[in-house]
Amino acid sequence: MADGSIGWWVVPVAVLGGALRVSTPFLFVSLGECITERSGRINLGLEGNLVMGAMCAYGTSYLTGSPWLGVLAAGCSGALLGLVHASICGLPRVNDIAVGIALMLFGTGLAFYLGKPLIEPSAPILPAIEFGSWSDIPQVRAALRINVLFLIGVALAPLLVWALATTRWGLILRTAGESADAARAMGYSVNLIRMRATMIGGFLAGIGGSFLSLYYPGSWNEGLSSGQGITAVALVIFARWNPMLCFWASLLFGGAAALGPALQSVGVSQGYYLFNAAPYILTLLIMIVTCSPKRTLVGAPAELSITK
Amino acid sequence: MLDAARTITPTPTPNPSPQGGGERTELVAPLSINIRNAFTDRIGGAAEYVVIPALALAAALIAFGIFVALFGKNPADLYFYMYQGAFGTWFSWQNTLSRAAPLILTALCTALPAQLGLVIIGGEGALLMGALAATSTALVLQGAPPFMVQIAMVLAGMTAGGIWIALSGGLQHYRGVNETISSLLLVYIALAILNQLVEGPMRDPSSLNKPSSREIGAANMIGTIPGMDVHWGLVFGIVAAILSYILIYHTAFGFAARVAGGNVRAAKVVGLGVGRLILIICFLAGAAAGLAGMVEVAAVQGRTNANLAAGYGFTGILVAFLARHNPLAVIPVAVLLGGINASGGLLQRRLGLPDASVLVLQGMIFISVLASETLYGRFRIFRQGGA
Repeated sequence: MADGSIGWWVVPVAVLGGALRVSTPFLFVSLGECITERSGRINLGLEGNLVMGAMCAYGTSYLTGSPWLGVLAAGCSGALLGLVHASICGLPRVNDIAVGIALMLFGTGLAFYLGKPLIEPSAPILPAIEFGSWSDIPQVRAALRINVLFLIGVALAPLLVWALATTRWGLILRTAGESADAARAMGYSVNLIRMRATMIGGFLAGIGGSFLSLYYPGSWNEGLSSGQGITAVALVIFARWNPMLCFWASLLFGGAAALGPALQSVGVSQGYYLFNAAPYILTLLIMIVTCSPKRTLVGAPAELSITK
Repeated sequence: MLDAARTITPTPTPNPSPQGGGERTELVAPLSINIRNAFTDRIGGAAEYVVIPALALAAALIAFGIFVALFGKNPADLYFYMYQGAFGTWFSWQNTLSRAAPLILTALCTALPAQLGLVIIGGEGALLMGALAATSTALVLQGAPPFMVQIAMVLAGMTAGGIWIALSGGLQHYRGVNETISSLLLVYIALAILNQLVEGPMRDPSSLNKPSSREIGAANMIGTIPGMDVHWGLVFGIVAAILSYILIYHTAFGFAARVAGGNVRAAKVVGLGVGRLILIICFLAGAAAGLAGMVEVAAVQGRTNANLAAGYGFTGILVAFLARHNPLAVIPVAVLLGGINASGGLLQRRLGLPDASVLVLQGMIFISVLASETLYGRFRIFRQGGA
């Protein structure tokens, strides 16, 4: 095997690298949605947060020169959209699923509107850490070039498991998700709890968007996200509302999403578009296998309208 | 429990409550709302169902005016050009009606399953599959009499779209897969299939910049309604909407569907086959969107390419919600939203607004309409005549 050429090994290496790279938006959106859903409300509009976050991050990074300010701006834009979602859902007789669909359309529309002047210029992007410098093989080095946001996401998942299970905050959140009546009886405002949970969820989804525009693919255009947000929402159901499982599921989905480009890099261009649809097909298949019409899903918050 | 009662449509409690018997008193209230909705929908919608959506629309238009004012544009100019571009001239009316045609059909794709309490948002996918099937049929039948080709295209488009949405409905009923998410995932899968086919087996070698299928041929195009520059798709849409209305409100089948949408357990108790209802309604819904795809191919594009994913499926969701899932109300609402779409070009040229401004306005209308759900039953003036 010639130096620098690793033949078909390129595919698994690229899929691994892709899993580490492409999974970050899935990870942040699914962790955010996990928090929101554990409070008993579903926000289907995180696709809008993702695209809006990507646009805000790119714009802020371009204007200030600091990609980290961009990440912060992305999070704040997501939290704002979450606030809109929560305020409307807090009104009596309003359906949270429909509001999510509306915000998905509104968020993407607004991002395209405001992001029109950002398609041309190039903004400073986020740094990455080289974990592959021990290797001489460029593909391995590329695969192990890991962005800091991914590491933050990795740390966040177990932190959330711990926070949901043991902290006072986590307990209140789960109470609102399991029984709104119980939370009210304890003197908490269910609406306020869910509003905070939706805003935190929106914040994380916005950060997921910043990864798209500031690292991979690393530019802003209107085709940046094609359904990662909605796939991530479905992923939460598959992950049984457990942040650690969200992490593993995100890796799986990232790997699936990297399959098409990986195969193309070794010259397999047949079925490129079908391989690109792999995450969606995978999501659908997983939902078919793991859902059941007979019983409520294990781990589902009892107040969640989607599983009732 | 309260969340289940928060309802979108005339049909509360989207899914059956898994725990049997333990129904709490809260459920009584939404059920009575449901009966009233059914009643008022039947007589064509009481004043409340016109005034509140109209107020929501006005609020969204004002919000959009403020939004463009923030970017230094004059809101008065905005409203003027919107009116000009949508309904100002005979030319813009024709443009509006041509865009309303697919919107009526894609709106039915959301409105029909909503009768059963299903939230289907995958009309775009059914539209793409319908377009793909219609194009393939026309290409296979090259040389056959145009009328036969057109009939075959309609059937192929409707069947493909119907299967696509019936898949979501069937998965929901038989596997418990959330239909909202699955129908949206199927949009992306449909787009991937379309791209794959027009890049590969169906590709016209002469289409360089934008990979497309070969053209279906001028003879096979369905043409325009005599006397105007609006294609026959508008007639297809209006007929489909009227037939849907009759099916839902004036047949035993439609009654069964609305019973099942109101309360699945009650439907099972009286022996309705809920699975069959879901499959048939979802097939019809998808068939409507598939027909929209066929119309876009046979009246506008003449071939299949990525241009077909122009967002009609997504705007159709908004039309359905704004029409409160009433198939007849879908027609005027589709004309209105078609008008907003049509005015986008003029806003771009005269005011220099980005083309996405139409999306922003649609999003604002959608949010405002959903928020207005909370107003129903709060105004006393509607109570005397309405209920």
